[in-house]
Amino acid sequence: MPSPRYHREMPQRYRLEAGKCNTCGHVAFPPRMVCNCGCRDFKDERVSDFGKILTFTTIRVAPKDFETQVPYSVAIVESDNGVRVTTQVVDCRPEDIKIGKKVKFVFRKMYTEGHTGIICYGYKAVLV
Amino acid sequence: MREVAVIGCGMTKFGELWKQSLRDIFVEAGLKAIDDANVDRISSMYVGSMTPGLFVGQEHVGAMMADYLGKSHIPAVRVESACCSGGMAFRLGFFEVASGHSDVVMVGGVEKMTDGADVTYALATAADQEYEVYHGVTFPGLYAMIARAHMHKYGTTRQQLALVSVKNHHNGALNPNAQFRSEVTVDQVIKATMVADPLTILDSSPVSDGAACVILASMDVAKRMKKPAIKVLGTGAATDTLALHAREDITTLKAVRQSAEAAYKMAGLKPTDIDLAEVHDCFSIAEICIIEELDFVEKGKGGLFTEQGHTALNGRIPVNPSGGLKSKGHPVGATGVAQIVEVVEQLRGQAEKRQVKNARIGLTQNMGGSGASSVVHIFEVQK
Repeated sequence: MPSPRYHREMPQRYRLEAGKCNTCGHVAFPPRMVCNCGCRDFKDERVSDFGKILTFTTIRVAPKDFETQVPYSVAIVESDNGVRVTTQVVDCRPEDIKIGKKVKFVFRKMYTEGHTGIICYGYKAVLV
Repeated sequence: MREVAVIGCGMTKFGELWKQSLRDIFVEAGLKAIDDANVDRISSMYVGSMTPGLFVGQEHVGAMMADYLGKSHIPAVRVESACCSGGMAFRLGFFEVASGHSDVVMVGGVEKMTDGADVTYALATAADQEYEVYHGVTFPGLYAMIARAHMHKYGTTRQQLALVSVKNHHNGALNPNAQFRSEVTVDQVIKATMVADPLTILDSSPVSDGAACVILASMDVAKRMKKPAIKVLGTGAATDTLALHAREDITTLKAVRQSAEAAYKMAGLKPTDIDLAEVHDCFSIAEICIIEELDFVEKGKGGLFTEQGHTALNGRIPVNPSGGLKSKGHPVGATGVAQIVEVVEQLRGQAEKRQVKNARIGLTQNMGGSGASSVVHIFEVQK
């Protein structure tokens, strides 16, 4: 991934920075310029550190960057302030993951881009 | 708008076509469609193709295909909407004829996926790169999460998912153009290699090469032809959030519902008027969700409806008589046009062993990504 592109996403990947619509209250992650309600006015907000699992899977055939990690689990998590994200669920066995279980977002390494590329970081979820 | 009909169609066999290039397969399908329609002149061309740039390093395929089809200098453009590139290309061709701008237009779809490219990566570009793919999710993974949510919410069973593949392989075995002409059992589907729990390799459409083309004409032109015109009664398209996680309900494909509602409304028809449907079964769960969104069955009952045999070749509403993406193959950009080729053959009564009896009205539904775009068309044979 070219470094400017990686750098641009750091506020979201490292700090879960979002935007809250000043009209309808929707929390947009990533932040966006216009809300689906039509409003263009947002204030800074963070995705809550805690959430729950809405659905999940265990990936057994992975893209090249993730081949060394299989099998790994991925879920759609809804945060306590209503933000939904796709994220890996780690530090547990796949069979421990259930719909509705509580999770906490943690800061983790995602993958390494070869020997000279960027070490990519971001959020993952752990069961609480 | 003017009335528009399909007057010719053609497709290659789907599969691993190692002896043919991207341009070879498109031209093969294009010439078949031209010969089938028996026209000597086409005004313009729309080519649906998802990502020839990633699959074979070739962009600008609109001009390329016009050239190799011996139609150099006509307007030609590639249309992209991930896996519904073909269906969207057809919609644009329809509007060009319906508007009165052109009398005869070709719409094709093509994809060459087995030339050695990283297919998982190329397909994943249809998902949100920064917020889905970055986290290691794949397309089987996204549909697996839809499947898990559907099973949790509605009680859809692992066996019901498998029955979609069993049915589509049964139909595909009767289709000479299908990639996999072999039947599978529920047990084989469930015990096959796991790709993303709960989906196995036999819940998943394959990687394929293939092309399909149709010729569209104004009804005035179509009426002068010997073959029965296949009138386009309705078209509908819609979009949804690119990321699956951003949707209100993970089990609802809103773009499919909205595109279908638009097409039904334009055609002045109800779901019960449809005699057969070709739908986007990229994964077994997709067909279950789609038949619910098309209102063939109420929400949550798609699995049971399949289990009861209502979508079988001799069922209440045969779904994917061609074998669908699962058995016929899924060269992504070609799929939406190949669905239309199947409906044309069915409505003409040319589908041989997989012929749906008394088929008069057919529907096609083609989808991109995890449901972020969908396009529906409804056709009726003119006798």
